[in-house]
Amino acid sequence: MAPQPFNRRRPSNDPRLDRLVSAQLSRRRLLGGAGGLGLAGLLAACGTSGASTGGGSSAAALTPAKDVSAEEPVVNWANWTLYLDYDEQTKKYPSLEQFMAQSGLTVNYSEDVDGNDSYYGKVQAQLARGQDIGQDIVTLTDHMVARLIRQGYTQELDHGNIPNAKNLLATLQDVDFDPGRKHSLTWQSGFAGIAWNKEKVPGGLKSISDLWNPELKGRVEVLDEKRDTIGLIMLEQGVDITGDWGADEFGNATDLLAEQIANGQIRQVRGNSYKEDLVSEDALAVIGWSGDITQLNFEEGDKWEFAIPEAGGTLWSDSMLVPIGAPHKSNAEQLMDYYYDPQVAATVAAYVNYICPVEGAREAMEGIDPTLVDNPLIFPTDEFLANVSIIRTLDPEEETEFSSMFAEAIGV
Amino acid sequence: MSAPAVRRPEPKRPEPAAELSATERRAEKARGRIGVGLIVPGFVYLLLFFAAPVFVLLAMSLYAKPPGAETGVFVPAFEISNYAVALSQYWEPLVRSFLFAGIATVLALLIGYTMAYLVAVRLRQHKLLASILLVILIAPFFSSFVLRTQAWKQILADEGFVVEALRFVAILPEDGRLTATSIAVVAGLTYNFLPFMTLPIYASLERLDTRLLEAAGDLYASPMTAFRRVTLPLSMPGVFAGTLLTFIPASGDYINAAILGNNRDTSMIGQVIDSRFFQIVDYPMAAALSTVLMVVILILVMLYIRKFGTKELF
Repeated sequence: MAPQPFNRRRPSNDPRLDRLVSAQLSRRRLLGGAGGLGLAGLLAACGTSGASTGGGSSAAALTPAKDVSAEEPVVNWANWTLYLDYDEQTKKYPSLEQFMAQSGLTVNYSEDVDGNDSYYGKVQAQLARGQDIGQDIVTLTDHMVARLIRQGYTQELDHGNIPNAKNLLATLQDVDFDPGRKHSLTWQSGFAGIAWNKEKVPGGLKSISDLWNPELKGRVEVLDEKRDTIGLIMLEQGVDITGDWGADEFGNATDLLAEQIANGQIRQVRGNSYKEDLVSEDALAVIGWSGDITQLNFEEGDKWEFAIPEAGGTLWSDSMLVPIGAPHKSNAEQLMDYYYDPQVAATVAAYVNYICPVEGAREAMEGIDPTLVDNPLIFPTDEFLANVSIIRTLDPEEETEFSSMFAEAIGV
Repeated sequence: MSAPAVRRPEPKRPEPAAELSATERRAEKARGRIGVGLIVPGFVYLLLFFAAPVFVLLAMSLYAKPPGAETGVFVPAFEISNYAVALSQYWEPLVRSFLFAGIATVLALLIGYTMAYLVAVRLRQHKLLASILLVILIAPFFSSFVLRTQAWKQILADEGFVVEALRFVAILPEDGRLTATSIAVVAGLTYNFLPFMTLPIYASLERLDTRLLEAAGDLYASPMTAFRRVTLPLSMPGVFAGTLLTFIPASGDYINAAILGNNRDTSMIGQVIDSRFFQIVDYPMAAALSTVLMVVILILVMLYIRKFGTKELF
């Protein structure tokens, strides 16, 4: 591929548009005085003041909701799908049932989170006003957790109520977005890598480049989560994703993605639904998540294999947090404490097959399912971890810019 | 009623009497108050659930992002360039949406009219059969259309029997497929909006007086001419309502394109709006795109009404 100059700020190549934009800017400055105020006043009257879209650029001082845990024995918890041990026969979550019996609390568990950005889009306006979003615990991916903490949309946890939090793996104790874990606790972690149908792709795959094999044309799918798909492509292109990369590196990767979409190699860019396409065999090779593949193999027969690409995979974590308006914080803390018990954590890990963040769960696993004790996707070894990395945190401007670039590459 | 020698057009409304008695005036006033009272609930409803959201949408489409602000933070402004960017960057999915919706509407009209004609006119004498067919027509409404679309994806999968059969008879090339193509998206739109087309047409054809067709035949009209000159014009209100009910939601649809499409040549504007709103968290751009979509639909529908609009409806 011939090297191309990159200019990622995308100035329009239409001079008329540029003129229009600059004319607009000066008009806006003019309106900044009287007109702007008038419009703002008008909007405020209609309940669409700045507050509804987040207020100031820095976190406004929101006050946590009053804790009514003592009066209302309830915890509301929003989590992702297939993310808690589930019993098909009783249609219940055994570990949750046990917690309710032990604590006397009622847990309203909902699988409401189907995407970090879409969930944020749904609740952001309420969080910005410090209102209750109806959830006392929300499980989100760390980059989104970082944003919520930065914006002051979370309540500080009282570790006195969560003695088991000491069981958190040492590597996760201190993270840059939440020093001392004052606002969040890891739920599960996982890898993004490549997976393939063992029968249809007998040779297997070793790297991201293997996905571009002409034999797989139109049968490859990648994730619509930019951190994973672009992260893996950047790793393949030799970029250190933990380090100091920018728009050029990201752009190189989105260009490759756009090229593979344009030439028909990639069938679709999908969210969680790539699993259905693996089952229907519309997709024979994918960029996917480790736990999904393990679960699919369990449910649909041992048909797929997951691997970390040679150039490296990405590691992500989802964390639990208490939103600013949540009225049952100490109940929520009680629930968090319960899931940090190694025995309980091992029960969950045996079902969800993601990396368990709780120290001691590996030993507890001996008694639950000894075959999983040496599964590096649940209890990764050091050498396994050496080949995966966490993509660096993006600042808000980059977040918007890279999301736009990714959206453009995938045609929406 | 005595027939006047010369037919004069009757005045539509009775002329207001020059002088009203006091009781009549009171009655008139009371009627006015009742009229106002009857309008109020509808007016409040429209204000609350139509005018206010549209105003918020329009206002949001002009918001600006202050430099260095957090994701999702926008301030009131007058950023008309949002529209310039929306049009210059997303004209392709926009045009595609109307193209797909247009094709789907025409296809749905052809299929829907045939089905409605069969049930409402041809099988009019066979009450039971007609009712069974009508139920079958409405049946798709009973299940979620996302599920139905997802089901098609499974039926038309690369390793499914439909694609294998089509490959066997060489209609599809060896590596051909049905899902993740623009054909699949248009087919999905047609399928999903077919009931919206069929039912209004059925409703107007059901009222068709078949004696008119007999009369046409008596006057030496061929069946084709009778259809063209009698049946079709009388069913126009249904066709008109059906096409609007299909075209408008189909052009804003994104489920079909998301499930049955690909990322290369099937993106529709609904997907772009969804992605701007939820993925990129760029509310002003999503609002601007929604406004553009609304305005274009409005213009297209107005043109359509002016060209083909029937008096019965508008």
